Amino acid sequence: MNRYRIRTTTSRALLLVFAFIMSAFFALPLLWLLTAPFSTQANLAVKIPETPSLANFEAVFRNKFAIRALFQNNLILGGGVMVLVASIATLASYGLSRTRVPGRDVLVYILILFSSVVSGTAAMVPLFLLIFNLGLIDTYLGVILVMTGGLLPSGIFIMRDFVDSIPRSYEEAALVAGASSFRMFRDVAFPLVRPGVMVVAIWAFVNAWGAFLIPSVLLRSPEHMPASIAFYSFYTEAGTPNLTLVSAYAFLYTIPVLLLYLIVNWRFGFRFFGGIKS
Amino acid sequence: MERRAIFSAKVGFLFLAPALAFVAVFLLYPFVRVFLLSFTNQTLLGTTAPNPEWVGFDNYRRLFDFDRWMRLGEFGSALKITTQFVIGSALIGQVGLGLLIAWAFYRKKGVLREAVYTLVILAWIIPETVVAFTWVAFLDRDFGTLNALLDAVGLGRPDWLFKHPLESIILFNSWRGAAFSMLLFSSALETIPPSYIETAEVAGANAWQKFRDIFFPLLRGHILTDLILITLWTFNVFTPFLLTGGGPARRTELVSIYTYRTAFHGQHEFGKGGAIAVVMMLINFALALIYLSLIRRRRVHG
Amino acid sequence: MSQITFENVVKRFGSVVAVDNVTLTIGEGEFVALLGPSGCGKTTTLRLIAGLELADQGRILIGDRDVTYLPPAARDVAMVFQDYALYPHMTILDNIGYPLKVRGVSRAERARRVTEVARELQIANLLERRPSQLSGGQQQRASVARAVVHQAVAFLFDEPLSNLDAQLRLEARAFLKHLQNELGVTTVYVTHDQAEAMALADRIVVMRLGKIMQIGTPLEVYRNPANTFVASFIGSPPMNLLNGTALVGQGQFVMDDETVIDMTEVYRRMSRPPLDGQEITLGIRPEHITIHTEPHPHAIPGQLYVVQPMGGETLVNVRVGSKLVTVRLFQDEPPALPDQVWLKPALDASFVYGADGERLS
Repeated sequence: MNRYRIRTTTSRALLLVFAFIMSAFFALPLLWLLTAPFSTQANLAVKIPETPSLANFEAVFRNKFAIRALFQNNLILGGGVMVLVASIATLASYGLSRTRVPGRDVLVYILILFSSVVSGTAAMVPLFLLIFNLGLIDTYLGVILVMTGGLLPSGIFIMRDFVDSIPRSYEEAALVAGASSFRMFRDVAFPLVRPGVMVVAIWAFVNAWGAFLIPSVLLRSPEHMPASIAFYSFYTEAGTPNLTLVSAYAFLYTIPVLLLYLIVNWRFGFRFFGGIKS
Repeated sequence: MERRAIFSAKVGFLFLAPALAFVAVFLLYPFVRVFLLSFTNQTLLGTTAPNPEWVGFDNYRRLFDFDRWMRLGEFGSALKITTQFVIGSALIGQVGLGLLIAWAFYRKKGVLREAVYTLVILAWIIPETVVAFTWVAFLDRDFGTLNALLDAVGLGRPDWLFKHPLESIILFNSWRGAAFSMLLFSSALETIPPSYIETAEVAGANAWQKFRDIFFPLLRGHILTDLILITLWTFNVFTPFLLTGGGPARRTELVSIYTYRTAFHGQHEFGKGGAIAVVMMLINFALALIYLSLIRRRRVHG
Repeated sequence: MSQITFENVVKRFGSVVAVDNVTLTIGEGEFVALLGPSGCGKTTTLRLIAGLELADQGRILIGDRDVTYLPPAARDVAMVFQDYALYPHMTILDNIGYPLKVRGVSRAERARRVTEVARELQIANLLERRPSQLSGGQQQRASVARAVVHQAVAFLFDEPLSNLDAQLRLEARAFLKHLQNELGVTTVYVTHDQAEAMALADRIVVMRLGKIMQIGTPLEVYRNPANTFVASFIGSPPMNLLNGTALVGQGQFVMDDETVIDMTEVYRRMSRPPLDGQEITLGIRPEHITIHTEPHPHAIPGQLYVVQPMGGETLVNVRVGSKLVTVRLFQDEPPALPDQVWLKPALDASFVYGADGERLS
């Protein structure tokens, strides 16, 4: 055995140990989600149930309110935000990139600054008043609009790299061939940034799917509640969560985004940043 | 980098118009209202609800009442807790962990990399309320997995959420947010041409020299970008509320939670909540300026 | 400087064998070109010398040292990449001096040595600049300077001139050859450009699909290509390769069932002529064919396709059967040619290759 072979084996072993530690760190907190839903005696411990059963799920499905929240309201919310954010962020990012805007990067940072503060708790008040004045309280349109506004700056930031990496020659060829700006965008640029659009779409969907703060402020009636709030319907009157039901509901709530990620990653590879320029 | 314009200003504006409209209505306008609110004593209930009065800087004075502001449950305490939270969970936790993982798997492929990446990303995309439940279960003193492991190696069963709440939320938030940094650094590392690294290897550089002379200088811009974003996001994050509710006894009351309590509990003091938001905005702005100036300084010298 | 030796080296990438049992010796101070099309294994071979790839089988020696499993840093070679790999965040001086910095040479000493080398390479006035401020040619020289400063036992070049425009490439070529003559360092040079290999190398290693097709001096591989691959690769315009049947009994070579060339003399000269009826390939260089406007003894008929005046010479393409034959005329004025012409190959300068591509002598 020579020195180099020993060194490479050692480094490979180290990587294995590192990967194991990281995997453990990121997986352990999630284990509960794999065991508790299938056990009728679920508590906070992670324990493989002696008699796995789907009884918890049955009970969850009997809760019409929570099921509608999950399978209808969340889809509306997620889908609506996804479509709006992806389309508007792409257009805006493209426009910013192809027009002479001084200090473009600084502008995007400032917008992100605004969005992270305004998505915080304090702006809930004026947002509530704004939506109230628009007559959109307790509507999904209101929630979708507010969430879109909050997610747009970061969406533009994500699209920025993808848009910047389009070779100019493609667009110039289209313009020379006689295409109008919008035509060129639709036929040439958009197909090239499709991976980026997908990333933004999924990211927006995931954010909207999990949202609870904004919906809790802007929605009133039980039929309109999204899944994150519907958890409370599985609490006892005393205010403690019913773990068997909560875990099963959490499981159902997680599956769609899990599947979405796995499918996208498998088909396209999850590239969060296209050609990063320094 | 020279960016030649393809669009006229008018066309560019059309592309930007929808986004500008949203930003104006749903970001700028609320912020302006918050700013104005901060100078009133507007509340949700009581006499000051329909008839708020202009109180000038009163709300701000109450926030910065230096005699009492460091007490738990006051603004100063919230600021201190948030600072610790940001340093631990954003700088060290998310950026550090993300960089470490991206670096470890640089130019490596295969099952190991896929597995780790997938788990890290899952931690990020699973809904907030769900991860809150799983972490409450994970950290539970008697039943939680973490304590089961620690007990097995003889480290006992700490009461995480009650005795070490700040550490708990720092750990939680690092776990939650590492994916973004990991993805950013992973992409950034991929933009370094392999010939750069190989030249250094052939020239005789060891791992440390490669990092110091090649990787770090080329990645510095990305590290700063990541730091700005993660710091801003972490500063304003609300999810730890689901773990500790700001407690016990306000010991994990981040500024975002403090704002929530001020505006939506007790007196429902919207005006004071607004003042907090404005101060937060200014702090965020200052941090962003510091980072941006660091980037610009690098460009001048770099 | 040192000798470099490959003994039965094999390198695989998954199921692809990039370097297939290569045995090779590069002498001290020799300039050897690894020449071939993409995917032939030349770059992999170079990287194996550098230590950027590790061999799956075989041994690699630099001088007397068995370096097969040593990392690049331990091999004491210098490498110049196609993209020059000049670090944008360092000045040219720091870039060139990097191998010294890594070895702990003092800043003052580094500056001295770098300036000395930079002066030789005529970039001394650029030392304080950044790579982005240099032209392509200057960047290339800076990259070479870094290799020189390294004072390694061998220089490895991976297509260093590909990114330069044609004019600059010729200048840089002359410059590199002159430099190597001066320094006398063992040099291994990868290129896909046969003219470059011919002009620069002491010996050329022609590679294809991981195997060595032929090793020889430029003149050797030009005058005696060992197989059809080398024959077609070396020389521009490439050698004409005509496929057909050897009718040895009749002393003929028949192409496409119609074109017949009298080969009696050729077959007689060969110590191992082809079998009667064997499929062979006849190779004739474009400069070994004369064009006639009327039927001529031992000339084959063809259709004029196109005439290309090149300045110092003229190329004429003639369609013979299904093939397009290239003829090289050393005259600057293109001749007036009719549609029907007759080509007379100088058969004593021709090459006969068997069906497997190997030369029949």
